[in-house]
Amino acid sequence: MTESAFEPKIVGFLCNWCSYAGADLAGTSRIKYSPNVRVIRVMCSGRVDPLFVLKAFEEGADGVLIAGCHPGDCHYQSGNYKTQRRIHVMKRMLEQYGINPDRLRLEWVSAAESTRFAHVVDDMTKTIRALGPSPLGGGDRHE
Amino acid sequence: MSKKGTLAFYWAGSCGGCEVAVVDLDEMLFDVLEHFDIVFWPCAIDTKYDEVEAMPDGSIDVCFFNGCIRNEENLHLAQLLRKKAKKLIAFGSCSHLGGIPGLGNLSSREETLDYVYHQCASMNNPEKTVPETSTDAFGNVLHLPRLGEDVKALDDVVPVDFYIPGCPPPLEVIKAAVLALVTGDIAHAPSVLAPERTVCDECKKERRDKAVSRIRRFYEGEIDPTRCLLEQGFLCMGPATREGCGAACPSAHMPCTGCMGPPPASMEQGSRMLSALASMIDVDHEKVANTEEMQASLEEVRDPAGLFYMYSMPKSIIRRRHEE
Repeated sequence: MTESAFEPKIVGFLCNWCSYAGADLAGTSRIKYSPNVRVIRVMCSGRVDPLFVLKAFEEGADGVLIAGCHPGDCHYQSGNYKTQRRIHVMKRMLEQYGINPDRLRLEWVSAAESTRFAHVVDDMTKTIRALGPSPLGGGDRHE
Repeated sequence: MSKKGTLAFYWAGSCGGCEVAVVDLDEMLFDVLEHFDIVFWPCAIDTKYDEVEAMPDGSIDVCFFNGCIRNEENLHLAQLLRKKAKKLIAFGSCSHLGGIPGLGNLSSREETLDYVYHQCASMNNPEKTVPETSTDAFGNVLHLPRLGEDVKALDDVVPVDFYIPGCPPPLEVIKAAVLALVTGDIAHAPSVLAPERTVCDECKKERRDKAVSRIRRFYEGEIDPTRCLLEQGFLCMGPATREGCGAACPSAHMPCTGCMGPPPASMEQGSRMLSALASMIDVDHEKVANTEEMQASLEEVRDPAGLFYMYSMPKSIIRRRHEE
């Protein structure tokens, strides 16, 4: 299949209290955004074990998006800060594994920021489309 | 056991430290020899490969296999010994998880050969010789096994019955495993023959607040010998490593490097350590400026993949470096 047919497959971990609500609002507001993200709701972005990210890449994700509450807004006080630290180290680790760190993205999306959520997904889809399929055999070519 | 059993030891891609660990059994070796005849042990007795090939399948009761699968010869012997042995035991970190040679998976085969034979500072090789799989020597053709594309653990190439972890396996763990094999009182295969908690559970150092204010390289500052090394900022793999060694390294004020592999509850070692470490970094959440402070602190983890997967790269989820 040709390169232009590549549809990035993005796994999105959204926190229950802010980002999932923001994504929900994007839906009820009928905001259009790229259909490339597969949303998994987690109670907190701090729940996203680095294992989840590695597993997603291993199973063929082209990108992993983690979205949580803005700094200071975490429902559990500090979950988003912990995620921020993990992601910071993980990006460097992915680089060592030969995986472009831009395939992993952490964003803050509040429950009111439906347009921001749509923008983040669109932008990330664009970035990953430019990067091409994940070296671990990503892409949405079998569906 | 009425009749004597048979025993084999083999070293594949390893340093020889596991053989020393066996010799460290001291007088217990005599007890082992009461129950087993050793039929194959390249380090100690002269049995040729074709003699092993001539043995009937399943005729070796227990085979301890140390070292990773790095080249064709390692692979051949792993397959051969799997056929000949009733119980195949991965002995030591390399056969269990790939071990330190497993870090070779962060380079390609060509890069490894180029570095070792051309770039390495201690190498004097003006003729640019690299190992070939066959070479002509005084009219005879000599063969060398081909170096594999990546490093594999033993169970990546053949089914394994039991694992004895450690680099090298701690004496007490070996003794308990040998005793279990002799008495037959052993866990269901496949399983790791070692205790199931973490090194921290065995470590006698005092833990206070589970917070790291600054990550320190090992040569930076003095160590308080009574306190948790991780709390002092020295990267100790204890929280992500299986116990069984009696926290030998932390007891000697050296951070754990993770040779026993992950505890049974976690799928892999690196993500568990990364997760634990990130939670422990203690910075003031309220100040935005601390984002930079946090990042600067985490930059001190210079080689995350190499640190977190020092012994388990080939059994990590991503396994090796990929080309983008």
